Amino acid sequence: MTWVLIALLVVPLVGALVVAFLRKDDKKAKLVALAFSLVELVLAVLLWTAYKPDGDRIQLAAGVDWIPAFGVRLSFGIDGIALVMIAVIALLIPLVIGAGWTEKLPAGRSQGGYLALILVQEAVTVAVFAATDVFLFYVLFEVMLIPMYFLIGGYGGARRQYAAVKFFLYSFLGGLIMLASAIGAYAMASDELGKGTFDWATLVKVVSDADATTQTWLFLGFFLAFAIKAPLVPFHTWLPDAAAEAPIGVTVIVVGILDKVGTFGMLRYLLPMFPTASKNLAPLVLVLAVAGVLYGSLLATGQRDMKRFLAYVSIAHFGFIALGIFSFTSQAGVGSVSYMLNHSISTGMLILVIGMVIARGGSSLISDYGGMSKVAPVLAGMLLLSGLTTLSLPGTNSFVSEFLVLIGSFPTQPVYTILATVGMVLAALYVLWLYQRIMTGPLRGDALLGAAAGPGAVGDPEKKTTIGDLSKREIAVLAPLVVIVLALGFFPQPVLDVITPTVGATLTEVGVTDPVSVQEGK
Amino acid sequence: MNLLVAQAQQFEAPEILYGAIAPVLIVLGAACVSVLLEALLPKHQRWAVQLVLSLVTLVAATGALIFYATSDRPEQGVATLAGAIAVDTPSLFLWGTLLVLAFGSILLIADRSVEPGGVFVAQAAIRPGTVQDRAQATKTGMQTEVFPLTLFALGGMMTFVASNDLLTMFIALEVLSLPLYLLCGLARRRRLLSQEAAVKYFLLGAFASAFFLYGVALLYGYAGSVKLSAIASAAAGTDRSDTLLFAGFGLLVVGLLFKAAVGPFHAWTPDVYQGAPTPVTAFMAACTKVAAFGGILRVLTVAFENTQWEWRGVLWGVAVVSMVIGAVLGLTQTDVKRMIAYSSVAHAGFLLIGTIALTPEGKTPGVSATMFYLLAYGFTTIAAFGIVSLVRNSDGEATHLSQWAGLAKRSPIVAGVFTFLLLALAGIPLTSGFIGKFVVFSAAIESGLTPLVVIALVASAVAAFFYLRVIVLMYFSDPAPDGPTVSVPGAFTTIAITLGAVVTLVLGLWPTFVLDWAGTGTFLS
Repeated sequence: MTWVLIALLVVPLVGALVVAFLRKDDKKAKLVALAFSLVELVLAVLLWTAYKPDGDRIQLAAGVDWIPAFGVRLSFGIDGIALVMIAVIALLIPLVIGAGWTEKLPAGRSQGGYLALILVQEAVTVAVFAATDVFLFYVLFEVMLIPMYFLIGGYGGARRQYAAVKFFLYSFLGGLIMLASAIGAYAMASDELGKGTFDWATLVKVVSDADATTQTWLFLGFFLAFAIKAPLVPFHTWLPDAAAEAPIGVTVIVVGILDKVGTFGMLRYLLPMFPTASKNLAPLVLVLAVAGVLYGSLLATGQRDMKRFLAYVSIAHFGFIALGIFSFTSQAGVGSVSYMLNHSISTGMLILVIGMVIARGGSSLISDYGGMSKVAPVLAGMLLLSGLTTLSLPGTNSFVSEFLVLIGSFPTQPVYTILATVGMVLAALYVLWLYQRIMTGPLRGDALLGAAAGPGAVGDPEKKTTIGDLSKREIAVLAPLVVIVLALGFFPQPVLDVITPTVGATLTEVGVTDPVSVQEGK
Repeated sequence: MNLLVAQAQQFEAPEILYGAIAPVLIVLGAACVSVLLEALLPKHQRWAVQLVLSLVTLVAATGALIFYATSDRPEQGVATLAGAIAVDTPSLFLWGTLLVLAFGSILLIADRSVEPGGVFVAQAAIRPGTVQDRAQATKTGMQTEVFPLTLFALGGMMTFVASNDLLTMFIALEVLSLPLYLLCGLARRRRLLSQEAAVKYFLLGAFASAFFLYGVALLYGYAGSVKLSAIASAAAGTDRSDTLLFAGFGLLVVGLLFKAAVGPFHAWTPDVYQGAPTPVTAFMAACTKVAAFGGILRVLTVAFENTQWEWRGVLWGVAVVSMVIGAVLGLTQTDVKRMIAYSSVAHAGFLLIGTIALTPEGKTPGVSATMFYLLAYGFTTIAAFGIVSLVRNSDGEATHLSQWAGLAKRSPIVAGVFTFLLLALAGIPLTSGFIGKFVVFSAAIESGLTPLVVIALVASAVAAFFYLRVIVLMYFSDPAPDGPTVSVPGAFTTIAITLGAVVTLVLGLWPTFVLDWAGTGTFLS
């Protein structure tokens, strides 16, 4: 079944190539891109069935030599965490294409170019999660920036140039520092084994025995890259700009998928390769994580722009994920990984719904809307549902993850956990307040009534507005997400079964044992 | 009479391994022939004949090089011409690099389709701004002396990287420099800028040569010989004056760093890069860099390896200064040629890291890394300058960055290739620029230069900003209404750009075979 993984890498690239030649015909380009992304989804389902949760640490591994002089290989394979992330990418991309079906691109840009970049982004991101060679991971980590740079810079809003360059430079710098650490690890391997290698499993063995000082330096190099990517406060400032300026589908990819590379990297690289440093520096990460939860929540509450709001909500959620990872209990770890999945789904849905609001009003300012549920009740319902899953209401998917993170972290890190819990309260505040301002009350706001009504004008409900409810296409885009949100809310076990062994293996590599017995609680 | 005969009998003719030095002999010989052709041929035939001669020369020299390299030669290399020239694996690799890069440069120099008559002035002696000057700008003739001048410069560079003693090195330095000074002043357009560049380069270059020569003199005083190996063995026994050694070393290195455009000895670079005709800039940026760093590598590794703990700190600082100057001042540039010039100063800093990556056990991980970097950087630069020569308005090349706005809309292929080259200069993976940085930095970390590598990485990130700025301009800005047009390149320029871009891509994807060649041997000592 190794071919499935390879096909997952190749199919979007082929799709991108085909779509790139359809720049003249927008309609055909959209159909072809959608078809390729659906093939990718089918492949991801096959991958899920091929993965054995209680099998090897890395499964479906395949590889060829790339640069033998440095022991660099093109090697791919998946563990449970990578599997979940690849699945969620394959799920979100068709939805993004569907949601952007009628979106107008800036003058002179074609759908073909846009969709080709999206498919390239999909291929590279899948490859990042599947790479099992540290050098290859670094290469893809940086290459991943290029399509995104053109997506934000070419198709974004008014300040897109600024946002694109800022996004690129932040991630590029982080990546370069990681490269220094990776070379350091390589040098250790070549001292110890006589021949250098970048193979992940080998480096884990070599580097995890190093003394604490070396580990600390190497850890910091990798950590900076992941903290920028994830993003943790104070390395987060690129995200609000990128999220605000990118077209809405691209915002889904940045927030829902790209950022996960950061937390994925912490689990796959930081903990196993630098166990001593991870334990020593955990307080530092936890402080940043909790700061992210509180700071992100507070700033989300205060945002006037919906897309920036989304960015700060994500920053808060990444704080929770990092908290779970660095609490070193299997419950919190499983919670974090499922949070990575559920954040992609919940926030992805919230972004798509907000995109539909913006598509109607043509403005992303909250104050331009009001009382929208009168004219678009289904849209209002969707915003409410996606909002509730974002604030982790019991019965939705995110609740399971957030709850696992908090009860898993409490035994080892009670203080940080209690502080982070405040974030849950703030989440209710920012989500419900957003809903209230946009959807409830009398119909009002420039975007809904037209600028002629003047600022602050309260329209009467009889007044006709051109805003309509969700179309069939939009319902079709959101329906799968609604099903998944509720299904994973009540029945998360299939996902947890896949994740748990990998998290367990990761914690074994760190060399920690759970303080209280988890899973069923003896 | 008898005395003379007796003296002649005492004089032993040095043994010459013609096979080993054939590439250099071919290039210098062809340069002499080329000068004669310039004198004997009628004007209208010169361009075609000179071009064919130059290209055939390069191919023949490359053939001789390959023949010798694949023949049964001593692995550690040989010294010939009474030990003046060392033909070892690094020499051969650098010769090969110089020859291929010169091939690309000659193609750019020969192109006459982009600018009718070529980018070179018809008669360099005409004063700028006069009636004759305006008349010659519209004529289609050009000074075909550029071909012999380029060949002489190339011959000098090849001798420079193989010089086994400091005097040969000095002569080679002059042979490579003097034609370059002239070439800089030969631009058809913007004559004043071009002449200013030539004078500036000449004056500062003369100073640098003087420094170099003074350094050679002091080192001769120290070691009693100008041979690199003799200096190394003199420095091993420590009863002599260290003042002479290190003063000599300092002066010598200043001369070398000047040629390599390493900051803070870079002051000439932006002006000369901007003023010189673009094909000459490409030649200088690619080949002079290879030659200068080839020379630095040999001097540091062969003559001064024992004393590395004394000088390494100094060059450490110089590398930092160079990277910072290149990256920071590059941010403020508004002219694309000046921007690439500052980028080359930053790259010189990265290269210097490779040259000082020597380990105490006598291993030299930096040598092959630096040579790979030079090859990769040379090809990328030639292609980049090739593209610069295509973007033009009625006054010639449109080098001001604001004129590049929205270029991707008008000519997506040119913008696409230039973007790729800029990403390579920034060191993004899947380009040769990344592999070059990677090998240099891993060599440096191996020899304990980790803090320097971290500084270099930060400088790379800063430098990435100005490359990105050009990409932003080309792709995300609206075109200026009276913007430049992109000329359809003729065959020569197309080949040169394609060659550069393809090598940049191939070395980014499959660097193994070149890394293997670069890593097979060490300097003859």
